[in-house]
Amino acid sequence: MKRALPILAVLTALLLAYAFYEAIWVAPMERTMGDVQRIFYYHVPSAWTAFLLFSVNLVASVVYLFWRSAKADALALVSAEVGVVFCTVVLVTGPIWARPVWGIWWTWDIRLTTTLVLWLIYVSYLVLRRFSDSSQTPKLAAVLAIFGALDVPLVYFSIWFFRTQHPQPVIGGGGSIDPRMLHVLLINWLAFSCFAFLIGWWRYQLEMLQRDVDEAQAMQALLGHDGLPATSAPARSPLNQSPSRPGPA
Amino acid sequence: MNSLRSITLATLTKDIRLEWRSRDALNSMLFFSLLVVVIFSFSFDPNAEESREIAGGLIWVAFLFAAVVALNQTWARELRNQVLDAYRVSPAPANALFIAKALGNFILVSVLEAVMAPLFMIFYNLRAVGPAWQLIPVAILGTWALVVNGTFFAAMSLRTRSREIMLPLLLFPISIPAVQSMVEATRIILSGDGSARFWIVLLLTYDVVFTTACLALFETILQAE
Repeated sequence: MKRALPILAVLTALLLAYAFYEAIWVAPMERTMGDVQRIFYYHVPSAWTAFLLFSVNLVASVVYLFWRSAKADALALVSAEVGVVFCTVVLVTGPIWARPVWGIWWTWDIRLTTTLVLWLIYVSYLVLRRFSDSSQTPKLAAVLAIFGALDVPLVYFSIWFFRTQHPQPVIGGGGSIDPRMLHVLLINWLAFSCFAFLIGWWRYQLEMLQRDVDEAQAMQALLGHDGLPATSAPARSPLNQSPSRPGPA
Repeated sequence: MNSLRSITLATLTKDIRLEWRSRDALNSMLFFSLLVVVIFSFSFDPNAEESREIAGGLIWVAFLFAAVVALNQTWARELRNQVLDAYRVSPAPANALFIAKALGNFILVSVLEAVMAPLFMIFYNLRAVGPAWQLIPVAILGTWALVVNGTFFAAMSLRTRSREIMLPLLLFPISIPAVQSMVEATRIILSGDGSARFWIVLLLTYDVVFTTACLALFETILQAE
């Protein structure tokens, strides 16, 4: 596992470079929009990755509430953090594309608004995790994740009532897309998913290490400053056991 | 079921009696929303036609902010003297406490609305063009949408640092569809263009979904220690 991470990192970097090359030079130019359409290869994969990560967050939160597994909680935290990053990419690249094509930066369209509200919900999720005291945080956060998931369809329907301006989804939405463009899009999605998985994994290991450190520090404070309980042997001290734990690198 | 009702009633009457004797939350909410109304009317200075378009937004934003003032004080009383800890070890159902608190807040915010709505009408020269009676279901469903989640999130933010600021940060993102429904329904009824039915149904759905979620998850929140 420890050795797989650098290999995966190198593969992801190569894949990202290849996807970039495909998106910028190989993919055909769009007839009406021109080069600005190429942002599509970053916007759409980021959106898919963000939604995937938010789904992972929901599943991990439900698993945590049922089985109280610390790993599920760490996974929920990590997927929310990385998901917010990708969702931010979506919300930034969208207006950059919309300004030349629609002539406006932002409109209260169904997909834009739903994505923005989703982003707001997950930022409030991360704020809650930051402001909460450590021992109850996972429970509160898992509950909030469920509330957020319940909210998203309602947001969608509330905006659905207005006219929608976002282009209909070209995949599964009845639109047509050049097969070469679809190919580039899928490569980019694969690259972005690998990238998300990579930084998620890194962050996960960091989080678990952080928890071990916190636990060891709490134990040390409990046992006194020398780290030795009055009655037990030195080898029992948790600090003496933890260095064997593998680090993130 | 019987114990649920009697405990709910006992907690509710206790809270209302306490509030009636001090009137802290009610007075601060009333004054706060009065200030919001006055400041809004200075900042926009609308004529009657514009008022109908924007009043729905103004009135509900004022009530939302005022409700946060009350919601923040919901659980403060129970923290003193470890009342919540006592509740936790007692065999009383957790949901009885939640329903009582949510109903208490609902009554409080409804009183606020009953006092403030005529004032709004006077300040903004409002007269409903559409069917005015529909404002009543909108007000009831909208108020419940705010207080049911507000009471829940207030209980959640008890366990956080700087909990006064945590409540709006948690409540507002989740409340976006509810606030939008209330504002749109009120605007349609006041200006009389079209039917508000879609928004009322959406509000009802929101209420049902989140009341169920709150009742299902409140015990987890109460026991989080």
